[in-house]
This record gives sequence, C-alpha cells and structure tokens, in this order.
Amino acid sequence: MKVEQISIFLENKSGRLAEVTKLLGDSGINIRALSLADTSDFGILRLIVNNTEKAKEVLKKHNFTVGKTEVIAVEVSDNPGGLAHILDILRKKDINVEYMYAFVERSGKDAVIIFRFDDIDRAIQILTENKIVVLPGEKVYSL
Amino acid sequence: MIFNEEFETLPRPALEAVQLKRLQDVAKRVYERVPFYKNKFDEAGIKPGDVKSIDDLKNLPFTVKQDLRDNYPFGLFTLPMEDIVRIHASSGTTGKATVVGYTKKDIELWAELIARTLSAAGATKHDIVHNAYGYGLFTGGLGLHYGAERLGASVIPMSGGNTKRQIMIMQDFGSTILACTPSYALFMAEVAAEVGVDFRKMKLRAGVFGAEPWSNKMRLEIEKKLNIDAVDIYGLSEVIGPGVATECVEEKCGLHIFEDHFIPEIIDPLTGKVLPYGEKGELVFTTITKEALPLIRYRTRDITRLTPGTCSCGRTLVRMDRVSGRSDDMLIIRGVNVFPSQIEDILLEIEGIEPHYQLIVDREGSLDILEVKVEVNERLFSDEIKKLQVLEKRIEKDIKEILGVNATVKLVEPKSITRSEGKAVRVIDNRKF
Repeated sequence: MKVEQISIFLENKSGRLAEVTKLLGDSGINIRALSLADTSDFGILRLIVNNTEKAKEVLKKHNFTVGKTEVIAVEVSDNPGGLAHILDILRKKDINVEYMYAFVERSGKDAVIIFRFDDIDRAIQILTENKIVVLPGEKVYSL
Repeated sequence: MIFNEEFETLPRPALEAVQLKRLQDVAKRVYERVPFYKNKFDEAGIKPGDVKSIDDLKNLPFTVKQDLRDNYPFGLFTLPMEDIVRIHASSGTTGKATVVGYTKKDIELWAELIARTLSAAGATKHDIVHNAYGYGLFTGGLGLHYGAERLGASVIPMSGGNTKRQIMIMQDFGSTILACTPSYALFMAEVAAEVGVDFRKMKLRAGVFGAEPWSNKMRLEIEKKLNIDAVDIYGLSEVIGPGVATECVEEKCGLHIFEDHFIPEIIDPLTGKVLPYGEKGELVFTTITKEALPLIRYRTRDITRLTPGTCSCGRTLVRMDRVSGRSDDMLIIRGVNVFPSQIEDILLEIEGIEPHYQLIVDREGSLDILEVKVEVNERLFSDEIKKLQVLEKRIEKDIKEILGVNATVKLVEPKSITRSEGKAVRVIDNRKF
C-alpha cells in the first residue's frame, strides 16, 4: 500500500533541476509524479519514479543528497468535491497531512494524490475503512 | 597629553632597569605559586634566578590560550580568591571561556592604563566619556569605565545597543569622547544620518576605538563622518583588557605599548624564535606587574611589528603597528572572538557527525555579517521543508548562545563548499581592513 518517494536537496540556483532530470533521463528512469517545495535558499524535489533504487544510486553518485520516504497514493475521482471528501475523513480522525501533491491519470478519469503522513499506517487503515482506494506501489510506479 | 609623565617617557636604560626588576619578580612569583608554571620552568630546565637580563626572557616558556582553558577557571591565578576582586571572561570553544582575575591593585593598574590611553587621545578630566563598549564579562566596558573615572572625566556607562538612544544621549549630554568598536562608531553615524542628526554638530571631539581589526581607511571615514580624532587602542583580556597599547593623537602612527607593565616580543609563529625590531611576526606579552594572573610570554596570535624610538608626543615606549592578521584562524566578528572549530563543535553536537561547513564574513555598511554554510548530508536531510528550516534556526540559536554572535545559516548541497587540495576552505573573510 505504501509508495516509495525519493527526495533531493537542491540549492536555489539555476540549472540544478535540469541536472537532476537529465541524470534520470540518461539512466532510463521515468518520472511518474513530482513536486518541488522551496524556500528562498533551497528546495526539496520529491519524485516518484519507476525505479527508486536506481534513481537514488545515480543521484548519490553525482553528489546529491537523496532521501527515501514512504508516502501513499490515493485514487480520487476527478470530480468536484473529490479531494474535500478525503480530507474531511482525515480531519475527523485528527490526521495531519505533512504535504501532498496531485497528478491526473492518463485515462483522465481519476486523479492520484500523493500524501505524506507522520503516522502512515494509521492513515492507510482509516482511508481503507472509508472505502478510499489506496494504490499499491507497483501500480503507481507503472502508471 | 601624557597621564604618567615619569613612566611613559622614561629613558630606555631606566625603563629596561625597571622591566628587569619586575620580570625577575614575576618569574619568581609564578614559579612559586602556579604549578603550571613550575612544571613548565622545570621542563625547560630554568629557574627564576636564571633571569639575569631582559634578554633572558627568550629562554622562558610560552603560554598559549589553551593553557588558560586547561586550567579553567582559576588554575593559573597566583593568589587565593580572597585576594581576587574581579573576574572577567572571553568566549571560548564550546562555551568554555578564558577566565581572567584581578586583585584590587590590578584594577588600579588597569584604570591607570586606560587613563593613559584616554589622555593619549587628548582626553582630560573636563571630558564627558560616552562608553559604548559592552559592560559585563567582556573587559571593554568596565575597563574603559574605571579608566575614565581615574582620569577624572565624567563617564556615561552606555554599554552597547539601542543606537538611537545612544545618539540622543550623546547629543543631550554633550559627550566629548566616544569609546566603542570602530564598526559601531560607523554604524552610529549611519543611524544618526537616518534620524537626521548631524554628528559634526555634536560636541564629540575624539574617540578611542579597539577590540577588532580596522584599517587606516576606516579611521579616515570615522574621522570624516563623526568629525573627531579616531585613535586605535589595543588590548586583550588575558594580558589585562584594553589598555595594553594606544596610539597618541599627535601622530596616530603605531600604538605605544605600556612597556613598564608588559614586555612585548615579536616571534616567528612557526619556530618561536624572537625576531628583531621591524620584522613582522606574532606578538607575545609578558605581564610583569599584574598580581592575580601574570602570564609569561603569552602568545597573542596577533601579527604585527615593533618600532622603537622616541615619538614626537614624547613617549619613549616602543610602538606596534596596527594588527595586520592572525597566526591562527580566529575571526573577530563585531568584537567577538570566533574560531571555526567552535562552529564545528556546535554542528557536531547537533547530529553527532561533522558536516562540511564554511564561514563567510562580510561587512554590510559598517557591521560584520556572518554567514555559515552547512552542507546537507543524509543525516541532516529531511523531505519536509519545515524540518530543514528548524535545523537552520537551531544552528543559528546555538551559535548565538554559545558564541554570542548573530549568524545566518544557509544549507547547501554536498560538495558545494570550495575545497582546496581536498581540504574544505573553512573561512572566507570578505572584509577589507
């Protein structure tokens, strides 16, 4: 049920993001989802790729600081109120979202939202109890 | 103006006779009362009685800052605490300070030396001395204070901070002499301009500036902006505090060392060999009259040279050049001593590992700015922005608490800090002195 996400520390200077994506591209790694959080000095690039271990290895070899985090991917119907419904379930159970980002599946029918929680196991339990589809990692890597 | 005409203008032979007598006395005192010195003398195979001339000083062992730390806090004092009336301290590695003590007589001596210093800048008992050196453990504030009182001047014990209020008081009280760090003097000028106060219309006529390195260019700037004579003063807490040496307002060309109390030497910092007058090297002091904490051949790490000769002001005391650098990696930031190793200790404390870091010192306007770059390794890294920001704030807070300086911490990518021959470049000082 959990999805592996890699995060990369980037200084706020031009060309860094391009370098990461080029390294991954040259190594035949496909990016499935990504988000970039930034401050005035630095940013954190979060990626879900089709080959986490290989991506980590390539980036580390090129002196990037790389972390691995477990997140979950939730399928949300691409309709008004879809996300609000999920967040409402989490709010009622007092589960805090550390961060999240979304992308739309190729079919265009559903959206996929990546969530990062402090207590990931409890979040999965509550979401599944409420009939929310939590996607297995394998499915997300090959989306 | 010469405060102690007799001793500040002693002919050299008479001065050297005084020095020798006092040197013999101090060698005996430390040997008998301080185990550290007894061991050092014994190791070197020297007895206090072997000091037969000033030249024999070169055979005595050196004292370094680490010796004070190793004997923290009072281990090098020659007298019991009942004879100590004052304690000061300067910041040191991981919060361990360098501690110095004074007897009543030491405090009197110190006051006289500052009175000499203020007189050399042209001050008299008719002056109002605005003392913006920090009061507290730092020797600047209280040192200047007692000396100004000894001179008979009126002292305003301002201490640092609250610059607008300082300017208002200076204006309202008619301060004539300013005592602070040179960078703070320039900062005051900037603030005064902002609030529409014209320094040149104030009664201020001279300033004694020290506790950090500064240049002649900076002197000219201070003199122009504040319309005063700016005099360079020198001292360090281990030796006594401010009051070790001062320029005279007549020449402003080299600082007269009060040699009747401190014998200076210039050594080659690598070999420890004494260098002749005129050659640049590390400044070393032997305190010959201090009671509580006399130091034998204390290595200041300051680089300068000595020039003998009678000055046009009448003083026969040897002059030292402005300090041109350090023989170690110590930085002076806003008057606070900072060693890169202290930052290293703080970082080590935080994650139990030593990340690569770099200190970048700049001068913005007239204030020193310290930026600390820290390479983010996997131990420090988090995928959450706020955790990294908390880390930055925590390092900043620790630096402020332990070293007493404000720093901006910037997290950077691994291997982004310049390395030279594989070794990280720890310090980049962009200030121009």
